[in-house]
Amino acid sequence: MRRYPFERTTTMSNDTFERGKVRIDEKTGVPTTGHEWDGIEELNTPLPRWWVWTFWVTAIWGVLYCFVYPAWPTLSGGTQGLFGWNSRTEVAQEIGELQTTRAPILAKLNAASLSDIEANPELLAAARMVGSVAFVNNCAGCHGAGGQGAKGYANLNDDDWIWGGKLADIQTTIEHGARWDGDKATHSSAMPAFGRDGILTPQQISVVADHVRTYADLPNAPEPTAEGQKLYDENCAACHGADAKGNTELGAPNLVDAIWLYGSDKPAIVNRIVNGGGGVMPAWKDRLDDTTIKALTVYVHSLGGGQ
Amino acid sequence: MERPPLITKRMTFGETSLSVIFAALAAASFWIALHAYTAVYAFHAVLFALGSAGAVVAIRKRYQARPAAPAPLMIDGRPNYNLGPVKFTAIAALFWGVAGFLVGLYLALELAYPQFNLDLPWINFGRLRPLHTSAVIFAFGGNVLLASSFYIMQRTSRARIAGDLAPWFVVLGYNFFILIAGTGYLLGVTRGHEYAEPEWYAILWLVVVWVVYLLVYLFTLARRTEPHIYVANWFFLAFIVTVAVLVLGNNVEIPVSIYSAQSVIVWAGVQDAMIQWWYAHNAVGFFLTAGFLGIMYYFIPKRANRPIYSYRLSIVHFWSLIFLYIWAGPHHLHYTALPDWAQTLGMVFSVVLWMPSWGGMINGIMSLSGAWDKLRTDPVLRMLVVSVAFYGMSTFEGPLMSVKAVNALSHYTDWGIGHVHSGSLGWVGFVSFGALYCLIPWVWRRPLYSLKLVNWHFWIATIGIVFYISAMWVAGIMQGLMWRAYTPQGFLEYSFIETTEALHPEYLIRAAGGGLFLIGALIMVYNIYRTIASPEIDTAEDIAASPQLAE
Amino acid sequence: MSQTTHHAPGGGLQKRIETNSILLVVAILILVSIGGIVEIVPLFYIKNTIEKVDGIRPYSPLELAGYNIYVREGCYTCHSQMIRPLRDEVERYGHYSLAAESMYDHPFQWGSKRNGPDLARVGGKYSNDWQRDHLRSPRSMVPTSIMPGYPFLAETPLNGAHLAEQMRMLRVVGVPYTDAQLENAAADLTAQSAPDDPGAAALRQRYPNVVINDIASKGGVTEEDALVAYLQHLGVSVDFKLYDDKANIR
Ligand code: HEC
Ligand code: HEC
Ligand code: HEC
Ligand code: HEM
Ligand code: HEM
Ligand SMILES: [Ca+2]
Ligand SMILES: [Ca+2]
Ligand SMILES: [Cu+2]
Repeated sequence: MRRYPFERTTTMSNDTFERGKVRIDEKTGVPTTGHEWDGIEELNTPLPRWWVWTFWVTAIWGVLYCFVYPAWPTLSGGTQGLFGWNSRTEVAQEIGELQTTRAPILAKLNAASLSDIEANPELLAAARMVGSVAFVNNCAGCHGAGGQGAKGYANLNDDDWIWGGKLADIQTTIEHGARWDGDKATHSSAMPAFGRDGILTPQQISVVADHVRTYADLPNAPEPTAEGQKLYDENCAACHGADAKGNTELGAPNLVDAIWLYGSDKPAIVNRIVNGGGGVMPAWKDRLDDTTIKALTVYVHSLGGGQ
Repeated sequence: MERPPLITKRMTFGETSLSVIFAALAAASFWIALHAYTAVYAFHAVLFALGSAGAVVAIRKRYQARPAAPAPLMIDGRPNYNLGPVKFTAIAALFWGVAGFLVGLYLALELAYPQFNLDLPWINFGRLRPLHTSAVIFAFGGNVLLASSFYIMQRTSRARIAGDLAPWFVVLGYNFFILIAGTGYLLGVTRGHEYAEPEWYAILWLVVVWVVYLLVYLFTLARRTEPHIYVANWFFLAFIVTVAVLVLGNNVEIPVSIYSAQSVIVWAGVQDAMIQWWYAHNAVGFFLTAGFLGIMYYFIPKRANRPIYSYRLSIVHFWSLIFLYIWAGPHHLHYTALPDWAQTLGMVFSVVLWMPSWGGMINGIMSLSGAWDKLRTDPVLRMLVVSVAFYGMSTFEGPLMSVKAVNALSHYTDWGIGHVHSGSLGWVGFVSFGALYCLIPWVWRRPLYSLKLVNWHFWIATIGIVFYISAMWVAGIMQGLMWRAYTPQGFLEYSFIETTEALHPEYLIRAAGGGLFLIGALIMVYNIYRTIASPEIDTAEDIAASPQLAE
Repeated sequence: MSQTTHHAPGGGLQKRIETNSILLVVAILILVSIGGIVEIVPLFYIKNTIEKVDGIRPYSPLELAGYNIYVREGCYTCHSQMIRPLRDEVERYGHYSLAAESMYDHPFQWGSKRNGPDLARVGGKYSNDWQRDHLRSPRSMVPTSIMPGYPFLAETPLNGAHLAEQMRMLRVVGVPYTDAQLENAAADLTAQSAPDDPGAAALRQRYPNVVINDIASKGGVTEEDALVAYLQHLGVSVDFKLYDDKANIR
């Protein structure tokens, strides 16, 4: 910092201040500007050198940068920069490069059939890896991070399958979803709304619900009744089967096992019978590519319950 | 004191015309309340009606109580400063500050424990967050700006503030705006633009208040004794003028109906995004930066009893700062659907903005040359200086985050939140506290109750800030890295929710930091309360002229 | 001690500005106008700012009502609707967002913070049921979610009385609602909010791609119905199988 050869001592009090007159600040030796506001004066210190230089460097860098990259609006677009860089082309390139890294795995998965993949430990590991990534990003919201499901959302770990647990069944379900509006091939059958549509009376529903609860050997289940059996045979057996073991063609769940999509207590079952319908799963064939769906199929199949 | 003989007391033009305007506004609001589409809008219309009716009554009462002659501009050769509005806004600032910090803490807890949302509409995160940002920036920050600018404009002009009702209209009108905006958020009235959420009728009101603010400022400056305008006032003028431009630019809305709280903004999508971030970035630049630099330029030299370090630096950094700031908005839109050319401009101008920003820091800190020892003994001055250091830090971090490669990582993450709070807790918060610790004793003419408590406030809040921003750096960088993490085979490694889970510890530390900051503020409130409650200093001397007397 | 008295430095223009408040205000105004003008005005006249794509339509009345609720509840404080052209985002959320996709959003909902995932393409990712379950109780669907619950939306009847008025205003500012769309606002609202409504065909024709509610809400249309309809429309308008990336580089 420059030092000034002259010095004069003053305090900053208003009384000694002479308007418009420069004085030398005693502590720093720098002259003031001669302005004063409420006792505040200003020193006339020159700009710090490093500050000026850094400012210039950033400014010059800025100018250069604007030549290299798209920067200024014109009448019909924007300047393109020296190398024609732009963010949209760049991401396409990056994704392209990513595909090259993955290409070996994906090509192998693509070439093999679902069952071949399962039979080959290397392919199986690859499919599980690809599948698990797609699963946590797309399916976990409904089926849980580990495929454990939630009320109304199928558990994918157990060996109970609504729409079939073979590889091909699983693939169909994933591709087309269940009761998904936007897909013509979706699983579309649903349970009738016996109560809402007046097919059964509330009393009948209560009886058949009690009866159904006897199949699976649930706690506090009443005894089976002849009336219940009759109602079941007439109304339910068509889908859930005479043995109540379900029908994967129709997506009618097995009612004799301990696995319940919506719960096994009586209100839950009554609710099903009253309102019917069925869960909705999105179709994935337009959102995910074929290889990913293949990998997902194998991944889900290998979660524990695959048939 | 001599009384001017026999002036007949009459309502001034201002008193009459304001009474008429407010009476009309009361009637119109009442009419709207009866026809409003929604209950919330009716409620706001009723508030407007009550407020306006209250204003008519208040003007009447004030008229009855006041002497016939207008307040003298000078008494005994000294300016007769009008400190009422300064006192009001200083207290309002403390009130809104504590409220805003409390809401911030609650938000922090909601992010750590979502059960705090209680499944209720009024306090869920989405509605509370705008309440927090508005409460701390516009309510707390705004009142600090009003208090200090009304004080500084009078002192540096050595003149009483212009207008009689006008300053009161500005401070009361501004706080009324805050009331409307804040209750609106909680009840679900919002324009959905960050930092610009209030709906059209609140903005209309704000614009009127703001124009009066500018006029008061200019008319007061016109009374100044020093021909040069002090640098603090350059910054205040830049703040007032530019904020007006920004608010007008970002609020080009058509109300769905005069009876509806809702409005439709004229532009959409990408243009709306650009204009919004032109606004919001420069709200940072002119509200949170230029305005508070104005505060710094008065209170640091005053408190340190030292001249400003460099007049030339003031000039260069002022003009370069205001020119360059405007361009930097697109750094909030890097890699979005905003065309690349605009993003580049946003980035380049942000980096060039680095030195102009640091010009302010240098002028602030270096004005202590020759008085460094005071940092040891005066915690108020220390608070002011540390605020400037935080300013320097966030204006280094800002340009860094504006670089596209960095922003690709930091954008959408808690890094941004860390940056925001180093700027707002460290810079805006501390410079405000420092200014209020000076201002309140000076305007109330009482010594500050306890410097020791200021020291406690300083340290507790500093630790709080360190907790807050370091937790957010860790959280933000971790989040950004997890989002883009790939397995060696080239597949995404983490699901979104795994990144959320990973942030929990950092969110707890942030909440702790916010809690400390709030405790500091409560200590301040107590200190200020004891100060104001203590007896006035019995001296004819102007205690602000020799600031050290103030403790 | 020398009694040197220098005169104040900083003559010329700076001195004139610094001693004249009006000049100061004018100089500030000029300087702060430049950047904004250069960056904002071209976005209105440069044609490629908004890509040329097919399929983007104004919101149906129910979706618009949902959009209003999305804004009111501040969902944008946690959710972005802007997938950046970065490879991890494209892989996680889908094709990067186009400017065209938000061209009828008054105001835009790009967001600036992701406390939750991007929602730009959440339409069709979940079922209506899931969206309801999730809105009522996010942690019942995603145990570690930090999203607030919005059970009150399901209990609040939708106030659609002034939607047509809003649509008319939107048309004033450039959203191409047709006369038929404006006239049938109320009918379209009911058609989209109840399954098996006779107006469904007309609704689908006026608003292609529309997702019709698959549950009849008991007490009439709720705010939840509207919000779900809005969410289901996010990101589904453009068919990226047909979209030409290269034609829209800018
Ligand atoms: C919106 C929620 C949702 C999402 C997302 C979802 N599913 Fe489902 N999924 C369901 C529901 C509901 C069912 C049960 C359908 C029924 O009730 O008939 C189901 C059933 C299934 C089934 C058949 C189970 C059985 O027992 O037959 C498979 C397999 C499956 N999903 C796999 C997936 C995969 C893989 C993904 C991700 C790509 C996925 N799901 C995404 C909701 C969803
Ligand atoms: C048209 C075929 C059909 C008929 C007839 C039918 N169901 Fe179903 N049922 C289904 C389908 C499909 C589901 C699965 C819904 C889903 O996937 O979400 C189902 C589900 C159920 C469930 C829930 C199972 C669980 O895991 O939670 C119960 C209980 C049930 N049905 C009982 C009955 C009874 C009792 C009757 C007769 C009164 C009956 N169903 C008649 C098709 C039918
Ligand atoms: C406090 C932050 C927060 C707020 C506010 C919030 N969300 Fe969320 N949201 C999350 C988080 C975290 C997730 C991820 C975990 C989950 O699925 O619950 C999420 C997930 C979602 C999802 C699923 C996205 C996907 O692809 O899996 C949707 C849809 C959603 N939110 C909609 C909304 C709507 C609509 C609102 C406003 C009414 C809202 N959110 C408000 C944090 C929030
Ligand atoms: C040279 C100065 C500065 C520059 C270049 C700068 C730059 C930035 C950048 C790049 C972001 C992140 C945008 C994003 O990715 O979303 C940001 C956000 C932000 N900054 Fe700064 N910053 C500066 C100074 C400050 C200061 C001093 C403050 C506070 C007082 C501040 C307050 C904010 C706020 C509130 C946001 C959040 C905006 C939002 O997303 O809601 N900035 N800034
Ligand atoms: C007790 C002190 C405070 C706490 C605990 C706190 C906490 C928070 C939290 C939790 C958020 C939301 C972050 C997110 O969405 O992830 C937030 C946002 C914000 N806060 Fe604070 N805050 C505090 C003080 C302040 C102060 C004093 C200011 C300004 C003067 C401020 C300005 C902001 C801004 C601008 C945002 C929005 C940031 C963005 O959108 O990027 N906060 N705060
Ligand atoms: Ca199962
Ligand atoms: Ca933000
Ligand atoms: Cu910015």
